[in-house]
Amino acid sequence: MSESVDLGLPSLALVPKADAKQSAKEFKSDQEVRWCPGCGDYAILAAVQGFMPELGVKRENIVFVSGIGCSSRFPYYMNTYGMHSIHGRAPAIATGLSVSRPDLSVWVVTGDGDSLSIGGNHLIHALRRNVNLKILLFNNRIYGLTKGQYSPTSEPGKVTKSTPMGSVDTPFNPVSLALGAEATFVARTIDSDRKHLTAVLGAAAAHPGTALVEIYQNCNIFNDGAFDVLKDSDTSDDSLIRLRHGQPIRFGVDGAKGIASAADGSLQVVDVAEVGEDALLVHDSHAENPEIAFALSRLADTWTLANTPIGVFRDVTRPTYDALVADQLAQARAKQGPGDLADLIAGKDTWVVT
Amino acid sequence: MGAGRIWSNEKVARVAKQVVQLDRVVIRFAGDSGDGMQLTGDRFMSETASFGNDLSTLPDFPAEIRAPAGTLAGVSAFQLHFADHDITTPGDVPSVLVAMNPAALKANVKDLPRGADIIVNTDEFTPRNLAKVGYGANPLEDGSLDAYALHPIALTSMTVEALKSFDISKKDAERAKNMFALGLLCWLYHRPIESTLEFLKAKFAKKPDIMQANVAAFQAGWSFGETTEDFSVSYEIRPAEQPPGTYRNITGNLAVAYGLIAAGQLSGLDVFLGSYPITPASDILHELSKHKRFGVRTVQAEDEIAGIGAALGASFGGALGITTTSGPGVALKSETIGLAVSMELPLLIVDIQRGGPSTGLPTKTEQSDLLQAMFGRNGEAPVPIVAPRSPADCFHAAIEAARIALKYRTPVFLLSDGYLANGSEPWLIPSVDELPDLHVAFATEPNHDGEYWPYLRDPETLARPWAIPGTPGLEHRIGGIEKADGTGAISYDAANHDLMVRTRQAKVDGIARDIEPLEVDDPSGQARVLVLGWGSTYGPVSAGCERVRRKGLDVAHAHLRHLNPFPANTGEVLARYDKVLVPEMNLGQLNLLLRAKYLVDTIGYNQVRGLPFKAQELAEVIEDVITS
Repeated sequence: MSESVDLGLPSLALVPKADAKQSAKEFKSDQEVRWCPGCGDYAILAAVQGFMPELGVKRENIVFVSGIGCSSRFPYYMNTYGMHSIHGRAPAIATGLSVSRPDLSVWVVTGDGDSLSIGGNHLIHALRRNVNLKILLFNNRIYGLTKGQYSPTSEPGKVTKSTPMGSVDTPFNPVSLALGAEATFVARTIDSDRKHLTAVLGAAAAHPGTALVEIYQNCNIFNDGAFDVLKDSDTSDDSLIRLRHGQPIRFGVDGAKGIASAADGSLQVVDVAEVGEDALLVHDSHAENPEIAFALSRLADTWTLANTPIGVFRDVTRPTYDALVADQLAQARAKQGPGDLADLIAGKDTWVVT
Repeated sequence: MGAGRIWSNEKVARVAKQVVQLDRVVIRFAGDSGDGMQLTGDRFMSETASFGNDLSTLPDFPAEIRAPAGTLAGVSAFQLHFADHDITTPGDVPSVLVAMNPAALKANVKDLPRGADIIVNTDEFTPRNLAKVGYGANPLEDGSLDAYALHPIALTSMTVEALKSFDISKKDAERAKNMFALGLLCWLYHRPIESTLEFLKAKFAKKPDIMQANVAAFQAGWSFGETTEDFSVSYEIRPAEQPPGTYRNITGNLAVAYGLIAAGQLSGLDVFLGSYPITPASDILHELSKHKRFGVRTVQAEDEIAGIGAALGASFGGALGITTTSGPGVALKSETIGLAVSMELPLLIVDIQRGGPSTGLPTKTEQSDLLQAMFGRNGEAPVPIVAPRSPADCFHAAIEAARIALKYRTPVFLLSDGYLANGSEPWLIPSVDELPDLHVAFATEPNHDGEYWPYLRDPETLARPWAIPGTPGLEHRIGGIEKADGTGAISYDAANHDLMVRTRQAKVDGIARDIEPLEVDDPSGQARVLVLGWGSTYGPVSAGCERVRRKGLDVAHAHLRHLNPFPANTGEVLARYDKVLVPEMNLGQLNLLLRAKYLVDTIGYNQVRGLPFKAQELAEVIEDVITS
């Protein structure tokens, strides 16, 4: 429970380092994994367990906190400290833990219903505060645990048990929402692309402050194939835009397509052969102004997932909430010294009865 | 009256006026929200406390921050009861009303007994102001106040006149009229004035003109009392006999805040408050936010749910997690309280009760959250409940709530209310050495064949071990799903669930062995009637019983501090009396619990007017029960 203050240091600066190199196996708990066979969560779990040793911090200083939903079973399968809490509240609970324990690496696992519906308020406030949390948002665009109702990311018109004539809701775009909520780190990745997923986890883990990682995750029971267009090699080239910091944004077969600014300031898909590579937008995830990141988040088509960017949309540094709180404590002690209980309760206005 | 002169009691000799000895006085200061009545009352209280009278106060202010000036809705009042003997309530009826405008008079005159003194500011009794509150004729002139000792004083214009030599605006001069009134009352009741002079010096240190003007207004009020023929007598109230020691005055909310900081110090844990602003609890958030040097972290959360969530997260990490709120906030926190019950982590829920249901009466008091605290969760989710009995007792009750939470790894309710929160009384400041040791031993080693079982309980307390993140080898996962006894792994087993539900209940029930027995105050030992109260009714119930005893009747009084579990001897105490009267500021919530648990035919006396009981009305009710 150290109170040393180091504004803007990388995320894990205050977390004790592991004594020896760890293996993925050490991060597997003794609990039997109980997701439906074929669920995208298995791939994410394996990727996270495989990634954990790269953190290089003591296992006992890692905590996974979740809410309710299929994805929220995740902490049970990690051999770290963990809490499976209540629906939507994981970011709030994790905020208290992270703020009071800067020596911990705190991860939140949540789903599209958990974080964007019942827990929407806590998610946006964690993001604006920039609490040192890594939030993994498993987005399968459906309610799985309650057996198949539409979610706040389901496409309009979605026919489910609760929407037999089609959903009339407009969905959230989680990346747009996070950027609007003053997030300092926002990324998107896909359950089946282990390499990309691991790379994004690495960037999120290094980020001081709240990192939101949207992970497209297949629910093979209630919304099977929701992201196939991004996964099938026949279609993915044309649909998937891989964002790389400092690189011109190109996609499509042989990188034939690119993203460029239109005259009205919005972004558009262009033919590279026609406009030339110099006309393309160079991705800058560190741009202070989130406007271009937001424009990138709007490229994807809600229904067809055409032009879906993945990778790190935004990664900027702002003092973390945790560090600012710790700094005020340190300042108060530096100015006034440690508190004395007897002085405190006596106050300044006393009288003596003899 | 030099502007720079600092005035003191020694420099003013009293002229010969008759001095009358009184044993107790109740003063109510009433005015517009902007008239500074809370400040005036607060200063008078401070002087009275330092003089050595026993005292009790009750502020009464509107929910609206700035209601339209001069309206009934905007009347703000501060009542103060002081005496030469031990008192427990802010007084039933004022013997003196200070009314700064027609609205203040109209709103309060109905509470006065015949013969009470009324001091009014005649400058505000204009046709327009009278019409605003529906006075057809000026009550100062139409004889409607003939039953009272009316003192019409042009407070505003006399203040302005007294301050004409100062280089301040007319508005600032008028604003000092509350100090004029305070000066007059200080003369009338022989109050020492040093603390007010010190206060004004400190408050206006950066505005010397305003400071000197306020001192001058205060002095002018005092001198007016000395010279006017309107007041032919002044009054003395001798200091009360109190146990020796160092005293201060303290409100309930401040005492809660100090109790929570003390609990952190006594346990060696960092205090973490997750809270969302809500009347009448916000002052605890404000106070705790000032004490960062004690390692107190405060998070003003995005909502009530996040407030308690953050506190529970901090508890998981080994802090003393606390959330502060009022009834509507408790409703929102219910699910998280249930999670804390299931995860068996220490957590304090401080509920400063107010009038309900829904938004109800935010600035008024009520005891109507008892059943919410007791049962307001899904499933079988027992939570211990501690209720302070007076403003100063809030300090000790907060420490007691923390003791139970830490020792038994459970959420605990501290049920205060608006009356305790804002009311104040003198407090014999305890020595820190006398406070209990709350130190907690975190789990550091495996506890079962080289493994760590998070639900392997202490056989005596049934508390589970508390292993915090950062402890190697004890990594574990907990949550809201039912857990297997011992291992804590997810379990849907029927027999295990039955066992766990009963074990959690037994753990809370067992706290009865670890709390003080219910004490009965029955001076004659002959009483056949017991009055059983809880929480903030302690003052009026004590005073009511005292009045009944002075008439030669016997009555016993017991007051519950622990509402869940009840003290082990509660049933035995109830069985000792022919009749048990249970007064509550709700429709009979404790009464329901007592009847259900002990099968006794208790008699409820219930009021939900947003105000504390009056001692006299309780005395009448008690007498009725004794004699019927």
